[in-house]
Amino acid sequence: MIAGKPRSIRIAAVAVALLLAACEPGVLNPAGPVAAGERTVLLNSLVIMLGIVIPTIVATLAFAWWFRAGNTRATYLPTWTYSGRVELLVWSVPALVVIFLAGITWIGSHDLAPEKPLASKVAPIEVQVVALDWKWLFIYPGQNVATVNRLVIPVGTPVRFRITSGTVMNSFFVPQLGSQIYAMSGMDSRLHLQADQPGSYRGMSAHYSGEGFADMNFVVDAVPRAQFAGWVAQTRAAGPLLDGPGFAELAREASSVKTPFSYRAVLPGLYDRIVAHAGAAVRDTADSGREDKK
Amino acid sequence: MSPLHPVEMGQISPIFGKLNWDSIPFDEPLPLVSSAVVAIAILSILGWVWKKGLFPYLWKEWITSVDHKRIGVMYCVLAAVMLLRGFSDALLMRSQQAIAYMNPGYLPPDHYDQIFSAHGTIMIFFVAMTFMIGLMNFALPLQLGVRDVAFPTLNSVSFWLTASGALLLNISLVVGEFAKTGWVVYPPLSELRFSPGVGVDYYLWAIQISGVGTLLSGVNLVTTILKMRAPGMGYTRMPMFCWTSLAANLLIVAAFPILTATLAMLTLDRYLGFHFFTNEAGGNQMMFVNLIWAWGHPEVYILILPAFGIFSEVVSTFSGKPLFGYRSMIAATMVICILSFMVWLHHFFTMGAGADVNGFFGITTMIIAVPTGVKVFNWLFTMYGGRIRFTSMMLWSLGFMVTFVIGGMTGVLLAVPPADFVLHNSLFLVAHFHNVVIGGVLFGAFAGLTYWWPKAFGFTLDERWGKRAFWFWIVGFYVAFMPLYVLGLMGMTRRLGHYDVAAWHPWLIAAAVGAVLIAIGIACQIVMIYVSIRDRERLADTSGDPWDGRTLEWITTSPPPPFNFAVLPNVQGEEAYWDIKSRALEKKQLSDRPEYEHFEMPHNSPTGIVTAFFATVMGFALIWHIWWMVILGFLGAWATFVVFAWRDEAEYEVPAEEARRRDAERRRAKAILLGLPEDSVA
Repeated sequence: MIAGKPRSIRIAAVAVALLLAACEPGVLNPAGPVAAGERTVLLNSLVIMLGIVIPTIVATLAFAWWFRAGNTRATYLPTWTYSGRVELLVWSVPALVVIFLAGITWIGSHDLAPEKPLASKVAPIEVQVVALDWKWLFIYPGQNVATVNRLVIPVGTPVRFRITSGTVMNSFFVPQLGSQIYAMSGMDSRLHLQADQPGSYRGMSAHYSGEGFADMNFVVDAVPRAQFAGWVAQTRAAGPLLDGPGFAELAREASSVKTPFSYRAVLPGLYDRIVAHAGAAVRDTADSGREDKK
Repeated sequence: MSPLHPVEMGQISPIFGKLNWDSIPFDEPLPLVSSAVVAIAILSILGWVWKKGLFPYLWKEWITSVDHKRIGVMYCVLAAVMLLRGFSDALLMRSQQAIAYMNPGYLPPDHYDQIFSAHGTIMIFFVAMTFMIGLMNFALPLQLGVRDVAFPTLNSVSFWLTASGALLLNISLVVGEFAKTGWVVYPPLSELRFSPGVGVDYYLWAIQISGVGTLLSGVNLVTTILKMRAPGMGYTRMPMFCWTSLAANLLIVAAFPILTATLAMLTLDRYLGFHFFTNEAGGNQMMFVNLIWAWGHPEVYILILPAFGIFSEVVSTFSGKPLFGYRSMIAATMVICILSFMVWLHHFFTMGAGADVNGFFGITTMIIAVPTGVKVFNWLFTMYGGRIRFTSMMLWSLGFMVTFVIGGMTGVLLAVPPADFVLHNSLFLVAHFHNVVIGGVLFGAFAGLTYWWPKAFGFTLDERWGKRAFWFWIVGFYVAFMPLYVLGLMGMTRRLGHYDVAAWHPWLIAAAVGAVLIAIGIACQIVMIYVSIRDRERLADTSGDPWDGRTLEWITTSPPPPFNFAVLPNVQGEEAYWDIKSRALEKKQLSDRPEYEHFEMPHNSPTGIVTAFFATVMGFALIWHIWWMVILGFLGAWATFVVFAWRDEAEYEVPAEEARRRDAERRRAKAILLGLPEDSVA
């Protein structure tokens, strides 16, 4: 989408992207179509705005320097306070930029709406995400397995996320895959992402949720489809069962999980029950399991 | 072990409520030592004041003063003190993040979480807003050419309630704890179930009490601007600072009740078992998020609009030109005022409202960039054709213009929903709002403080130290916050106490270096104030007009008499004082001496501080569930109001002779300033 613009802008955009991409996998190193689309929108908007911001900064410094009190060559216009043409300019230039950006915003908001399924010939898989204190539970209803703090997904396959919380508000976010969405108790939020390249990506909670928040990270392993099937089979072979009491135990333990683990099977309908009970059903008292020292 | 609610543990004593010896963190040296240092500092200052016998002076002339200038100064002192507290928190956070790569750092989460919550709360409510309200209080009546604000005693109450909130917040350092929820206390984290301690209660009552003060101040200043202007000063002749202040105070009046109501609902949840925002029993956390930002977004314009006004005054004065496009600026200000209520949803695009809603609010947010851009261009064209004097105030303004357009740009970027989906809650966002709050509000406050300092105290601030402070601040700002933009793009989220990503580490060290540079900037400002007071003879402003000003505050003496103007000036144009000054220079004589008449001024009153004392008692008691003390505090505050309402005599008379005498002094100073003959009769 950058192609339509003058060469210099294109170079600037690429330079900015390169500079930042050189650092560390982040939102400028997309590994999937959503993150790639978002990077394009981000860079396009940035370049459009730089087109007005850089001249403004240069003009500020230039005007200030040229019209310094000591400069005898500068004309002093002590009564110049109005010019219809300048007024027209100062209102219309920002207005035009904003109209242009508004177009990008409207189209981008619809194209990249998190709730919109991704166009693909491959059938999506569903993952149900539950934010807990301070770990992530991933339930695979199609495969009938579940994992904690490790999300394994097949490459090139759209993933349909349903996201809720068994505790306070969190935000489910994998920077290299794109959009984040809040995980809220009682809510069943939708998000569609896809990984195009195999790899290991960092996932996190992007919304502060209390004491263990800094360790509420997870790893996303995007693997080839065949390997994914193998992983499912392997997961089904061992591990505990995730049923009501199992979930209650997992949720009540207010601590982060350093080593990911998995469940060999999941009680059907568990996710819907968690949503329906607003994350409260698992706890029969007002006790949050959180320490309170004072 | 599973902690029990204090009620269940039977810890609530009828006399001390939840308060007991465990409430004081004897096991945590950092807060204890720092508060001990602060306590010693306060005690030694008080001891010095006592020894010098200054208590009666302070009580009579400052603490009970209802003079808008003194109240304005006290607001600024409070803001400066709180800036030091908030900045210490910033240093702690920056050093923690610079250290805590692959290790827990030196601040445990329990402590770190309180620090960032307190930092945000202090900086927004007790630094940025307090500075702005202080400057508005000081300058508005002077610029409008009137003798005080509409409700002088109420003004004093507003200030002391703000101070009361600040005090409660600082008490939390020693007695109990502060919120560990972030500065906008999102439920359900802030609900009793997840935050059973008193931290959130400290937040709630500190903000509620100071919020009442802010709301009253808003009502007061709106009334002042609408109803009390010098003869001839129509709306389209008001200085730009008055216009932006009007907009900001209208926003206070409209937005603060939302905050009060929202926090009241959370209070009901926490105290009486309601379920407005709880996870269970049909509570709705998203409602809180909507409400808090319905206040929160106008709030940022409450902060920035007065700063825009200050920059307008400074750029015009030091360019030696009237403000370019005055009417255009008024339009832009009022458009911002209205639009600021139509964008709040951009704070939670990631809640999943859907493409239409997100797109709509993204676009309304961008539309605000239009009037804001107009303002920047108008300052630019105010400089065009000017004769710019590079005082420290002008440097702050130029620093602002350059920095603010960058902050504005990243703001618009965050307003694009698809970009926000990956930048929301990241350090990119943190960099953005510090970019506009430091580069906009704080630079504006510093410019305003330097600009009006001579008016308040009769001498200017030392420019050499002022400029040093500017350079350290601006370089420090860029070094501290540009890395955060990069970190945001690298996927680092905010409020992390420690992390395990190697690539983040160098950027966080750079940011810490930036914070140290800013610390040096603050040190320069402290030296600046010391040097200026020491050299006050050299820096004296005898003319009342040290900057070749254009608005009415410069027509009176520095410092002005308590009544500001012996005779209210007659305004005949957009730049009231500049017009009068030009006419005098043209005619080579001062305007004719007016007829002096006696007039009335309000008495000083202890109502403000006494009310605030009882409010603090009530707030503290509510936090600790000490119900008898709540009743006592409430009755005390109420009784104070009743006593004030039944006062017999509210005003004292300033005789015509006194007005004549003070005006003669003023006229003599102006005659010397303009090189004109003095009046025949003094």
